[in-house]
Amino acid sequence: MSEAKAAKAVEQTEKVPASSERPSCLRGKGVTKIFGFGDTRTVAVDHVDFDFHEGEIISIVGESGSGKTTISKMLLGLISVTEGEIDFQGKPRDIRSHKKKTEYWKGIQAIFQDPFSSFNMFNKIDSVLLDCINMRGGKNLPKEKKIEMMTEACSFVNLKFAELTNKYPFELSGGQMQRLMIARIFLLKPKILLADEPTSMIDACSRATILDMLLKLRDEINMTIIFITHDIGLAYYISDSVYIMEHGKFVESGGADEVILTPKADYTKRLISDVPKIYEEWDLSTV
Amino acid sequence: MLNTLKQVFRSPRFLVGFIIFITIFLTVIIYPLIVTVNPLDMVGNGNFFKPGTYVNVSETMTAKKYTLNVDVSSASKLDRQLDETQRSKMSDWLVRFGGVDESEIDTSDAAALVELWKNHYSKDVDQKGLIAADKKYFARLDGKIDNMLASSGIIIATENEDGTLSENSTIDDQAYVNIKDLQTNRTFILGTDNFGRDVLTELVAATKVSLQIGLIAGSIATFIGLILGLLSGYLGGTVDNIITFITNLFTVIPSFIILVLISYSVGSGARGVGLVAIIIGFTSWTWTTRSVRSQVISLRNRDHVNLSKLSGHSMLRIVFTDILPYIASYVVMALILQISSGILAEAQLSMLGLGPATTKTATLGLMMNWAMQYSAHLNGSWWAYFPVILTIALISFSLNLMNTGLDQVFNPQLRD
Repeated sequence: MSEAKAAKAVEQTEKVPASSERPSCLRGKGVTKIFGFGDTRTVAVDHVDFDFHEGEIISIVGESGSGKTTISKMLLGLISVTEGEIDFQGKPRDIRSHKKKTEYWKGIQAIFQDPFSSFNMFNKIDSVLLDCINMRGGKNLPKEKKIEMMTEACSFVNLKFAELTNKYPFELSGGQMQRLMIARIFLLKPKILLADEPTSMIDACSRATILDMLLKLRDEINMTIIFITHDIGLAYYISDSVYIMEHGKFVESGGADEVILTPKADYTKRLISDVPKIYEEWDLSTV
Repeated sequence: MLNTLKQVFRSPRFLVGFIIFITIFLTVIIYPLIVTVNPLDMVGNGNFFKPGTYVNVSETMTAKKYTLNVDVSSASKLDRQLDETQRSKMSDWLVRFGGVDESEIDTSDAAALVELWKNHYSKDVDQKGLIAADKKYFARLDGKIDNMLASSGIIIATENEDGTLSENSTIDDQAYVNIKDLQTNRTFILGTDNFGRDVLTELVAATKVSLQIGLIAGSIATFIGLILGLLSGYLGGTVDNIITFITNLFTVIPSFIILVLISYSVGSGARGVGLVAIIIGFTSWTWTTRSVRSQVISLRNRDHVNLSKLSGHSMLRIVFTDILPYIASYVVMALILQISSGILAEAQLSMLGLGPATTKTATLGLMMNWAMQYSAHLNGSWWAYFPVILTIALISFSLNLMNTGLDQVFNPQLRD
């Protein structure tokens, strides 16, 4: 437990200064999203700047309604950006056509908050995983090869493909579904994974498993993980750098230790004081 | 899927509606196989024959006769033929001139009254205080009663070339024929209509046509509503604004007025069953569009749709695999309601005389229109319009019941 924390601290002291040297994979400048107009005009995200580096785990922390989900949808290209620019891997992002969007989505994928509503309940699990293989250009692979890939992905998340085949998503538990989502990511191998509160709907036990798998993914395929959460303790534990979001703005950002141990903004201080305890006892090895 | 079906058929409301509808549907299919006559054949010459079995009079003359000693016949004949006024006058005469005590007389028993009359009446009795006309009236009444009591039968005669009559046969009071011996009896369970057509056969044929109209109109309305609703709900933005504007425009103009105007401008010559169905379909899609649109809007931001987008699926595929299955139950319910309202719209139009202008087929609305034009409701010919009203009500009732049942299955909040 304390070893893990210590290891993380060491890792962080090594990583944080190094992060600026890593290539930037997602950079935003003056990104703004405004919903509605006239009386109903709402500024959900207000001129935010960010710079995410490859292989990092970045947390965006904020309370409900602070614009976390809006910014994640903009990053995913699911909703348009009202103002500002987003650079993807050093180049301006271009998602104007469906083809270019598909190309972009090969590089950035997501895990959603509610595993129960993340799957189309009319499609079998096989088709969810097959879609991923097809998207990675494996459409013409022989059937055996596809099954082998799916089995590998499932065993990565401790699921047995043989038991899942021909089943519907609603026949699984929440934890199993969320692990299936990670199996999907394993097959797609995107550069960036946007995890929108992936653990908030599952029990503590499965939560640690899911986080463990995310970390394993990062290590194996050098993936950048953008972790969106309201739990600042969790953010501190898992991330290399933290962005604190309030009313559509980043009020504070920087390395995890820097932001959480020496908070400057009032909002950050409040968030930290609201946490019942910082999860120093967290230990993934107990799972 | 199978579970949903099981659940649907466990809903008592759906089941009752389904049974009523299937009964009507099967009747419409099976009845023409049994009764193969043209439903619009004019069988009777004259307006609105009562329901019942009709036998050929001339055939009863030649059919085999059976003599039945059924006394009911003559008693009931007296009962039938002596009306209230005659009976009270008879009792009046018997008290005043016949010397009969008033307590002995029971005017409701025709046979007893006639017996008293025969025993006491004589036109030679001094009838003091009666005017001559009354005396003659009683004499005539006496003769009439004699005729009623005579059981000699009716003689059927044919006229010879020289004008004399020769007896052919006699019909005895006690002579009966078996209805099975008659080749040409016809039973009209619901009588005939103003044109002398069998109402039951016509009703079955009309129900079939009306169901077809409902199905065509409902399918067209649901199809248009579904496509527009999906487009405007999923695409949003300008497309949504335009479609919503058009939908609102059609919603605020009462669709029945449009329906009447279109039907009128098409002209009675061109207005067939199919065209009326299409016109109804094209004027009733607004409701479906609005509800499908709102459903799609709530669906399009769901995570599973986002996931499908992230998997690089095309818009068409997302609409068909991620949105349509989720609103399918809703669309089926909308279709059922649209069929029901299509049938009602046709009935309304036809009542106004703007329905299918054809003499080749009958629809439920047309049958009501005919009954109304020939004043069936004024002369008490209930069989010409009441079964039609009942059929329309039953169809709409069963479809709505099925809809409510489905609603309960698909919206668990409504279950009680």
